[in-house]
Amino acid sequence: MANRKSQEYPVIWLQTATCTGCSVSVLNTVSPNIKTVLVDEVIPSKHVNLVFQATVMAGAGELVIHAMEDTWHKKKGGYVLVVEGAIPTLGKGQYGSIGEDKDGKPIAIASRVEAMGRDALAVIALGTCASFGGIPAAQPNPTKCVSVAQLFKSKNVATPLINLPGCPPHPDWFVSTVASVLIGGLPKASDLDELLRPKAFYGHLIHENCPRRAYYDEQKFAKKLSDPGCLYELGCKGPVTHADCATRMWNHGTNWCVASGGMCIGCASEGFPDWVSPLYQKTADVKLPNIAQKVV
Amino acid sequence: MRKIVIDPVTRIEGHLKVEAIVDDGKVKEAKSSGTMFRGIELILRGRDPRDAAVITQRICGVCPTSHSTASNLCLDSAFGLGGSIPDNGRIIRNLILGAAHVSDHILHFYHLAALDYVDVTKVATYEGNNATLNSVKDFIQRGELGPFVPRYEGDYRLPAAVDQELVVHYVDALRMRRKAQEMCAIFAGKMPHNMTIVPGGVTEIPTIDKIASFLWRLNELRTFIDNVYIADVIAAAGAYSDYFEIGAGCRHLLSYGNYDLDGKEADLTKRNRLFKQGTVSPDFKLGHLDVNAITEEVKHSWYEDSTTGRKPLNGDTVPKDDKAGAYSWIKAPRYNGQVYEVGPLARLVTTYLSGDPKVKALVDPALAKFKAKPDVLFSVLGRHLARALCCKIIADEMPGWLLQLKPGEPVYQPYQIPEEATGMGLVDGARGALGHWIEIKNKKIANYQCVVPGTWNMSPRDDKGQPGPLEQALTGTKIKDADNPFEIVRIIRSFDPCIACAVHVITPKGRTLSEFQVE
Repeated sequence: MANRKSQEYPVIWLQTATCTGCSVSVLNTVSPNIKTVLVDEVIPSKHVNLVFQATVMAGAGELVIHAMEDTWHKKKGGYVLVVEGAIPTLGKGQYGSIGEDKDGKPIAIASRVEAMGRDALAVIALGTCASFGGIPAAQPNPTKCVSVAQLFKSKNVATPLINLPGCPPHPDWFVSTVASVLIGGLPKASDLDELLRPKAFYGHLIHENCPRRAYYDEQKFAKKLSDPGCLYELGCKGPVTHADCATRMWNHGTNWCVASGGMCIGCASEGFPDWVSPLYQKTADVKLPNIAQKVV
Repeated sequence: MRKIVIDPVTRIEGHLKVEAIVDDGKVKEAKSSGTMFRGIELILRGRDPRDAAVITQRICGVCPTSHSTASNLCLDSAFGLGGSIPDNGRIIRNLILGAAHVSDHILHFYHLAALDYVDVTKVATYEGNNATLNSVKDFIQRGELGPFVPRYEGDYRLPAAVDQELVVHYVDALRMRRKAQEMCAIFAGKMPHNMTIVPGGVTEIPTIDKIASFLWRLNELRTFIDNVYIADVIAAAGAYSDYFEIGAGCRHLLSYGNYDLDGKEADLTKRNRLFKQGTVSPDFKLGHLDVNAITEEVKHSWYEDSTTGRKPLNGDTVPKDDKAGAYSWIKAPRYNGQVYEVGPLARLVTTYLSGDPKVKALVDPALAKFKAKPDVLFSVLGRHLARALCCKIIADEMPGWLLQLKPGEPVYQPYQIPEEATGMGLVDGARGALGHWIEIKNKKIANYQCVVPGTWNMSPRDDKGQPGPLEQALTGTKIKDADNPFEIVRIIRSFDPCIACAVHVITPKGRTLSEFQVE
């Protein structure tokens, strides 16, 4: 049954200033399940060859650094680079490095992402940290973390970049983005918004499709956590956050943040966490779309 | 003499480098280095205290639930809520933590550890109708074997049929751990990074459909744990039985315990928990946990020497990335100046020695199966076995808790944020003892400190030069093939290292917190 004509898509997945939550979230993918993603032809006659992914790969140390560099050099312009985490720019690798140079000096994460990003077919910034800086870049940004887009801009790297924010991102956002590249090639400019997010997943506000929206329109606000009602007065960031969690739901459709009474904290937002903090306070003075007039 | 450097150590959480000096076929000296630094605690300063539980979860995406639990216990105590969490809230917190631990333990054995023992390429010779094995065989025949190759070659001992069965279980376990995450999300909102555990309880209310949905997933997981997970640990132990004698480590254990069984006791060191608190000495004597005996030393870590030896309550962390003699971002926590190991082994043995009959009834036959004395638990296989038994214990306990939930009754106790307060949260995360400490001033976070399992287990040498638990476990180990140092990675992974957790720390320069007191 082996299909030797399978087209291989090498993927190098770098974990930078990260908590590994994006990897764990992608492991939670339901359709396709993660075994299909790793082992099978996830799209007929096309196989994702995950060359380097530190959470799952069998090898360790030099062995895997060589495998990564081998793909980088031999498949120039032909591999997809996934970056999970923000990029520390403080120091010369003391705050995060991947492998060593020929003199035994650690290679800083920023140099790796720049060099391997430059030669990639496309780069996926997975999660809010890689997309926008996220938690490690929050004030006072102790290790001067930047997003992939910021790094690329400062180093004039022009490789196509797709941002998939979310802390963590929904597994569907990642596997569907990979599938779309396998099926139709790189996304067109019109597929992405001004923050380089696929409009398919980030085109609407949480608030637009929130199951508690009717409470909002009727101005029935929860007075304390665990109450029914709209969570806006308690700090819900659904009205300012672009993502499709309300319709997609999480973990095989079992639940999601607002449904669980935990509210939206804006984790997929460009300004997470600083622009949406304090998280448990009503969002100050934002212009909300489609606010219903109070029914008299 | 040869130096083996493993950087990065993969199939762990975070960025870890391990160096071993091998002389005459034996590890003479080992160094464990955390090589990534983010500074989460500095980021916390000046923020609303309630945000701590959201932000500290992002220390680690593998064990966010443990951080969320510790942080909310810490906030409960700072807000004066310690003894007044409604039962529904306490139980739902236990169920969220329990579901996460089941997920973590299965992930660890199959997806982080098993590839050191199981040879995926043996599936190439499979003949039969198993769909999983045939798809893996296709994968092998296509020839691009990432992420399963490259790897260390040589010491794979299982017969092909057993290997193939374990590959099927590897794939099954991907589904089972995902199911455990779904089970968690039923009450947690989503995973990773839950949204429902808050100071005062939880936000999610128990309804009969959620209880049933949790229970049915749990039933499948229990079947898997009893019939597959534990059986596979035992099968691996049979083929690799020398690993009962490899990787002993420091033989001192420490547990904070976890899963509060009643809600009235405010003092975290006196709570009635499913897994017990305490310390264990090398001769298996149980000791009472004294939080004041914990200090953190930094002589060999990239922090200012003036900050060494402090209790977490008045800790200070000043990075110094060019310090001579330092080799890690991880500090060295010590208990009464001694090196202690934390993790499932610690909480299992603590609970066993506390006389828990259910735990005794599990551990004794497991040891009898290998005709082994308890001493063998201090080993690579001992840690895997303890983790599997902890997984079973918590999974078996959860159905009872589900049935204790009372739909319609409160899950949450409202509160006011105090102007000034201090708090402490202690819980055993999946990987071991996890402590959070907070100081609040002007209703804002003035200081926040975490001492996490990875800090204990992967710690570098302390001020006296005593190596950390992992370093001790590596030292003296015979290395059969220095080009394929299986022994080293098997020892490392038996601890289930969580390094993003271990290196999260920074408090501002020159800050003293000597006034910091915990009730």
